[in-house]
Amino acid sequence: MNILVCIKQIPDMESRFKIDAAGTWYDQADLAWRMNEYDEFAVEQAVQLKEQLGDADLTVLSIGPDRTKEMIKKALAMGADRGVQVADDHSHLHDPHTIASLIATFARQHQFDLIFAGMQSQDRGSAQVGVLVAEMLGIPSLTTLVEFSYTDGTISAKRELEGGARALVSCTAPALVTCQLGLNTPRYPTLPNIMKAKKKELLTIPVGDLNPADPQQKTISMAFPEKRGSGLILEGDASELAERLMRILKEKTTVLV
Amino acid sequence: MKILLVAEYREGKLLGTSAELIEFTVRMDAQAVMFLVGNKQNLPQFDGRLYLADAAQAGEFNPAVHKQLLLEVIAREQPQLIAFPHSSYGWDLAPRVALALDATQFSEVVDVQEGHLIVPVCNAKLQRRMKAETEKTVVTLQAGAFTPTQSISATPEVIDLPVTGAGDIDFQGYEAAAAGGVDLSKAKVIVSAGRGIGKAENLEMVANLAKALKGEYAASRPVVDADWTDHSRQVGTTGQTVAPKLYIACGISGAIQHLAGMKKSDFVIAINTDKDAPIGEVADVLAVCDLKQLIPLLTEKINAQQA
Repeated sequence: MNILVCIKQIPDMESRFKIDAAGTWYDQADLAWRMNEYDEFAVEQAVQLKEQLGDADLTVLSIGPDRTKEMIKKALAMGADRGVQVADDHSHLHDPHTIASLIATFARQHQFDLIFAGMQSQDRGSAQVGVLVAEMLGIPSLTTLVEFSYTDGTISAKRELEGGARALVSCTAPALVTCQLGLNTPRYPTLPNIMKAKKKELLTIPVGDLNPADPQQKTISMAFPEKRGSGLILEGDASELAERLMRILKEKTTVLV
Repeated sequence: MKILLVAEYREGKLLGTSAELIEFTVRMDAQAVMFLVGNKQNLPQFDGRLYLADAAQAGEFNPAVHKQLLLEVIAREQPQLIAFPHSSYGWDLAPRVALALDATQFSEVVDVQEGHLIVPVCNAKLQRRMKAETEKTVVTLQAGAFTPTQSISATPEVIDLPVTGAGDIDFQGYEAAAAGGVDLSKAKVIVSAGRGIGKAENLEMVANLAKALKGEYAASRPVVDADWTDHSRQVGTTGQTVAPKLYIACGISGAIQHLAGMKKSDFVIAINTDKDAPIGEVADVLAVCDLKQLIPLLTEKINAQQA
C-alpha cells in the first residue's frame, strides 16, 4: 500500500507577529517553526496504518523553503519512510488552489492508495487544500475525522460535527482523509528513531516541476484586527494580582456573597 | 450582485445558520437565492427563491450529490457568489463546488469592509483583506460573525430539485455527543483550563478555584483531547456553549472555536502569560501572570472571604 501524508510548517501560534514589508503576510523572520498541529495527527494515523498493514510505503510531502526539511525529518523520525520537500521560497504566498495543484501533480505521478492531510493549517486555516487535492484527483475525501479505521480497502471513520456529535462515514480507497485534533495521540520521536531518520531518503523537487496553477485570489492587505475588547490588562507579581482580582470580583461581579 | 446561500440541515432539522447567511447578503447589499437539502416541513424564514432537494433522497450528508445539485442551481441562477456557513457541512462541501466552478474560495470570512472580504490568519491574531481574481467566488462564513440585526418572518418560494445519482461516500448515521457528565449551561461561575495549564495535575488547582466560587470547572479543546478531563466539560464549537455570570479562562489563548462557546459570558477574567493572546479580545480583565502562582493565591483569598 502506497501512502502519502501532506504536512505544513507553521510558526508557533504564540509568536509575536509582525507584518512584512509588502504588507500582505506576516514577517517570516525571528519565528519558531513547527509542524502544523493537525498534520501531526495525520502523520501519526498514517504511521499507525503502516504498522497495522506491515506492507506499506509512507511518503511525507511538504511545500516550503529550506527550513521545511527540519519538520520533514520529524515526520521521518515518527515513522515515515521518505520525505519530499517541494522547494519553494514563496509557498506562503500561494492560495490553497495553487498548493493543492502541486500536491495533485505529485500524487498523480505516484498513484497513492491513501492520502492523509490535516483538516486545516493553523496559520491560513482555509480547510480547503485536502478536499481540493481529492477533487483534482477524482477520489473521495472524508474530512474532519476524529476516528479512523481501515480494513480490506475500506475506510470507516467518524467526522466531528458541531456540538460534539459525530457522523459515521465510509468510502473505498483510493481516497483522501483530513484529520481533526484529537484523532489519536501523536508520538514523540525517540532518539534511536531520530538517528534512523537521518539515513532516510529526503528528496527535493523544484516547485516549477509540479506545474503550479495560476493564483485565483490576491491579498490586498494584512492587518492586526481592531481591538474590540476594552479589557483591563493587569501586570505585576502574583500576590498583587490576586489582591486586584479580588477587588474586581467584589466590585464588578456578584459571585462573592 | 446575486448570492446563492447554502443552508444546513441535520437530523431532520434546519440549522440556525441561514439567518446569518441572510445577514451577509444584507452587508453585501446583494440579492439572494437559497439552496437546501432538507424537507418541506422545516423551511427557513426567507423571502426569496429556495431550491429544495429532499434529504430523504439526497442524503443529509452526501457531498458529491449535494455538489451536483448545487451546480444545477448555479447554472440556472448564475450567482456571482456562493456562501456557506464555515461548519463541518460548509467547509467540506465548499471547496468541491469552488473547484467545479473554477471559483476561488475565501474561508471563515469574519467581516465585510468597503466591499472587501476579511479573513482571519494565525488564530485571528492577524487578518487579511482579500480580492478574488475569478469570475465567481465561494465563501464560508465564520459562525457568529454576521449576527442578524432583525428577525425575518417570511415564507420562501420553493422550487423542488429532483435528485439523481449516487455519491462516493457511504453515510451511516450519527453518533450523539457523549451523554451525561456536566451541564455547564447551568453554572453561574465557570473556571476553564486551557493548554497553558501545562499538565493534567494542574487541573486540580483550576477545579479548586471553581469550587471556591461555587462554580464548575471546564476546559478548552486541547485539554479534552489530551484526556485530562472528559468531553462533557469542553467549552466551544464542538463542546458546550455557556454564558455564566463569571468566566475565568486559565491558560486559554482564545481560539475562535473556544471564543464562540463563551463570549456571551457576563464577565470574563483571563489569566495568561501572553499579553497579546486573542482571549484578550473578549476578556474584561487580562491578568498577565503565571497561572500556577496566581490561581492558588486567588483561591486562598476567596476561601478566606467566604469563610
